[in-house]
Amino acid sequence: MPRSMPELAEFVATERLVKPSHEQDSQSHTMVLNMGPQHPSTHGVLRVVVEIDGETVVKLVTDIGYLHTGIEKNCEAKFYQQVVPMTDRIDYLCPMTNNLAYCLAVEKLLQLEIPPRGQWMRVLMNELTRLQSHLVWLGTHAMDIGALTVFLYCFREREELLRLFEAIAGQRMMTSYFRVGGLALEPPLDFFPRVRALLKRMPEKIDEYQNLLTGNPIWVNRLKGVGHLTAEQAIALGVTGPPLRASGVDWDLRRDMPYSGYENFQFRVPTSTDGDVWARYWVRLEEMRESVKIATQALDGMPEGPIQADAPKVVLPDREKMKTEMEALIYHFKIVTEGFTVPAGEVYQAVESPRGEMGYYVVSDGTAKPYRVHMRNPSFATLQALPAMCEGRLLADVVAVIGSIDIVLGEIDR
Amino acid sequence: MANEPIIGKEAVLTALPGNRAIEALSSADSQIITDARFDRNELTLTIQREKIRSACEIVRAAGYNFFSDLTAVDWYPAEPRFQLSYHLLSHHLKERVRLKVMVSTDDPAVESITSVWPASNSYEREVWDLFGVRFQGHPDLRRIMMPEEWEGHPLQKTYPVEGYR
Repeated sequence: MPRSMPELAEFVATERLVKPSHEQDSQSHTMVLNMGPQHPSTHGVLRVVVEIDGETVVKLVTDIGYLHTGIEKNCEAKFYQQVVPMTDRIDYLCPMTNNLAYCLAVEKLLQLEIPPRGQWMRVLMNELTRLQSHLVWLGTHAMDIGALTVFLYCFREREELLRLFEAIAGQRMMTSYFRVGGLALEPPLDFFPRVRALLKRMPEKIDEYQNLLTGNPIWVNRLKGVGHLTAEQAIALGVTGPPLRASGVDWDLRRDMPYSGYENFQFRVPTSTDGDVWARYWVRLEEMRESVKIATQALDGMPEGPIQADAPKVVLPDREKMKTEMEALIYHFKIVTEGFTVPAGEVYQAVESPRGEMGYYVVSDGTAKPYRVHMRNPSFATLQALPAMCEGRLLADVVAVIGSIDIVLGEIDR
Repeated sequence: MANEPIIGKEAVLTALPGNRAIEALSSADSQIITDARFDRNELTLTIQREKIRSACEIVRAAGYNFFSDLTAVDWYPAEPRFQLSYHLLSHHLKERVRLKVMVSTDDPAVESITSVWPASNSYEREVWDLFGVRFQGHPDLRRIMMPEEWEGHPLQKTYPVEGYR
């Protein structure tokens, strides 16, 4: 909720936000400190108001909404296929995970079956996205703590992943590569060899990051025992994804409620019972190794066949067909100008994004535009756990904890 | 089974005899479920408006331990106008259930479930901010996305997409 600076004192003094406690107890002297919204360690425009007693955080309140662009409202004014590019812009670190969740939800409404090659490609792209997202997390998290080198190492590999995305979708970040009913295009010819070469190098690179950080005494001291969250707290506060698994809850939607053919892949779900920032670091690093494994399996077992469902009323026709067949041309014209209608109903489809449960709730009234699209974003819920993790700890730990929950403000504010 | 929706309370009750959510809710209070639907493998139970908090408590005790999502749908101009959708998840059963509450325009308010799941705090604030549905008993019902002095609730269907200029 944006506010100008002169009003700040009055704003934070409101009873509902932070109540300075020096009047109640003359022994303690607290002050209110404003972090953000422009603060590098908040990974976007998050505003945190903390009440501190010396260096100790007494109370912490988050203030969001600075990036609210009304994406959910916009979706209601667009055709179903026009919503796909909007989903990219919610979470710029995992565009394809968002694409997948939305496409799966609409396909569930349409009761469309995606051919195996389409599903495998989606899994492959999702795991590459997860790698990419975790690389950004690791780089920025380490930079917050003061380990600048890791950032450059991570972005070196991320650059290669982004080049792969560019090769497949023509865009580095806002890929919009998925379509309702399948994928936009067949990947270019040299795509699979390039992915394989990168995946072969990845485990060694992950070892490299680990060598830079795991044995570093400053890193260990800043992370171990900081920002503790128990399993009960995590579940009560709606935490999902790596922070939930780091608190000892063995839950991964890819394994437990498989979608898009994940039941065909073998992988381990790393968990830890420590529940601190260190555990989250460890869980994500292990997840990167598992992602490499899943992506390799997807490459090895990549089936032949079409990448799009056989649904001429929903999927745009092949270019060649469009030029030679009257019927295909008509369908193309109809889909582009009037969209496709979706039977009335409501579905909730969740996928495991790099940050946790990314759910799309799509309500259709039988027309070509969604009646309501709601995104259940993992960061939005996880942010609620920030006070529980920070209160009673040192102020410097707030930065470490924010880095460890890996929030993306674009997805929180939508 | 997935293709044909099962509509109506009686039909769903007979079609899904072992469902823990239905069992727990109907054994606690036979009137609490007013309607049900099983469509595209998703179970939706419509709950009496004034009993949503106790319904959440019952369902949580039945094993649906995780609160996933809460949002609203504006069915303007139909009455009751607002539909609140609670998406709950069971880690143990690996199953979801959607609880639905209909809220009318003349009194758009419902009991807060923050006492059952603290996670619903931000979600209820979001629904209040964007739809104008109040949550009684919420500890801090402020706007969350829009500025505090904002007028109107943007996700209502009566609010133009381009905003007011």
